Amino acid sequence: MERRRFINFFFGGSFLATLAAFLYPVIRYVLPPKQAEAVQKKVAAAKMGDLAPNTAKIFKFGSVPAILVNTQEGQLLAFSAVCTHLTCTVNYEAATGTLFCPCHNGRFDMAGNVISGPPPRPIETYIVEVVGEDIFVSKKA
Amino acid sequence: MKKIGQNLFTYVDERFKLQGLFDFAKHKKVPEHEDSFWYYFGGIALFLSGIQVATGIMLLLYYTPSIEAAHESIQFIMSQVKFGWLIRSVHSWTANILIGILFVHMFSTFFLKAYRKPRELTWITGFFLLILFMAFGFSGYLLPWNELSYFATRVGTDIAGSLPFIGKWLKGFILGGTSVSQATLSRFFWFHVALLPLAAFTVIVIHVLLVQILGMSVPLRLKDKKVKEISFFPDFIYKDALGWTLILVLVGVVCVFLPWEVGKKADPFAATPLGIKPEWYFTFMFTTLKLIPSHVLFIEGEQLAILAFMAGGIFWMLAPFLDRKAARERPSPVFTWIGIIVLLYIVVMTVVTYTVPKL
Repeated sequence: MERRRFINFFFGGSFLATLAAFLYPVIRYVLPPKQAEAVQKKVAAAKMGDLAPNTAKIFKFGSVPAILVNTQEGQLLAFSAVCTHLTCTVNYEAATGTLFCPCHNGRFDMAGNVISGPPPRPIETYIVEVVGEDIFVSKKA
Repeated sequence: MKKIGQNLFTYVDERFKLQGLFDFAKHKKVPEHEDSFWYYFGGIALFLSGIQVATGIMLLLYYTPSIEAAHESIQFIMSQVKFGWLIRSVHSWTANILIGILFVHMFSTFFLKAYRKPRELTWITGFFLLILFMAFGFSGYLLPWNELSYFATRVGTDIAGSLPFIGKWLKGFILGGTSVSQATLSRFFWFHVALLPLAAFTVIVIHVLLVQILGMSVPLRLKDKKVKEISFFPDFIYKDALGWTLILVLVGVVCVFLPWEVGKKADPFAATPLGIKPEWYFTFMFTTLKLIPSHVLFIEGEQLAILAFMAGGIFWMLAPFLDRKAARERPSPVFTWIGIIVLLYIVVMTVVTYTVPKL
């Protein structure tokens, strides 16, 4: 290798290595650190009598919203309230007895299946247990 | 008094060599013809950017970027600080008008084929400026921490998360975590007042420099004709200033009669409010996402729409290189029709968003 070529290569390489040594910490700094989230499997969502038939309540399930529905027939059902389309929070629509996402008009039935609109997947359903006066909601295994 | 002024100018000129700049401005010519009206939109956009910087700096004095206090600080600005309502309304209204002006500027450049050689880079830097200003709008929208902006951010960041390969990483970077939280507000504030201004300033300098070096483009149909020219300074600048004044009056009137609302404080555990929609310049994409079926063949509808918008954006950015006819100074009706279709799509989808909300 020619001496000039070697020196160019050496200084060019050193410059790139220095640049990388500066950029690497910057890039790692702007990327958020991974934080362990407490995984909550069961939560007390409401008390008996909180919900009249054909109404619903949004509650906190870990770090995400979930929805507890008391159907017209008095059946308690729970779902993730996060729409599978673009993560808006769904509402319970009493007139149709369905879960409705106002962002892009996605609609789910009381089994969590998509009835209409753009959501690509069913919404997650949870297990509801009544213990005394408390209504507990838990994730399926 | 005149002598003091002259002496002052001489003092400054000896050190900064300003005379050369004045001579350049005086000798610089700008073509004037029936389409030169469209030239002024670039200057108006620059003027509105200046208003954004000035009002943004003023808002920083009272704004608090925390999820506990952001909404309250905006309420404080709007109700307690003298003329706070005016400063914030000017900032918010100007942001929207600026994006509208950028769209007009971009489409007029497209239809006049002003992107053709040697102005390809002027077009590309302009395209990046539109993206940067839309990012300004998106990041600034969350800062008041109200329910509309909260859910718009959830949707917008999820769209970023749907991108193939980099989506998950990009979403994490934008959100600063896995959901819209304090980390997101801090990041959006950082994007809005530090990163984006730095990027926008750099691109604006390159864009304006290119316009100054290459001059204004003359429409293809006039290329063999003798086109009248006016001096950049003072004639063109006077006309530019008239445009700035008119737009300033418009901003003032809308701010007085329609001060920008504060909205309801965001509650991450509340249902999404009915009738939610993003800022108007995102609505054509929003309505497309509403209309597209959940699956198209083997791909999720949402991903298909996002990929289509990305492909369309790349095509639009590369128009100067793809429009070979315009590059050879020949009419290119195919690209004119493409522009008309794109414009119609954006206008129709935007109008549909506001007129058919139950779509």
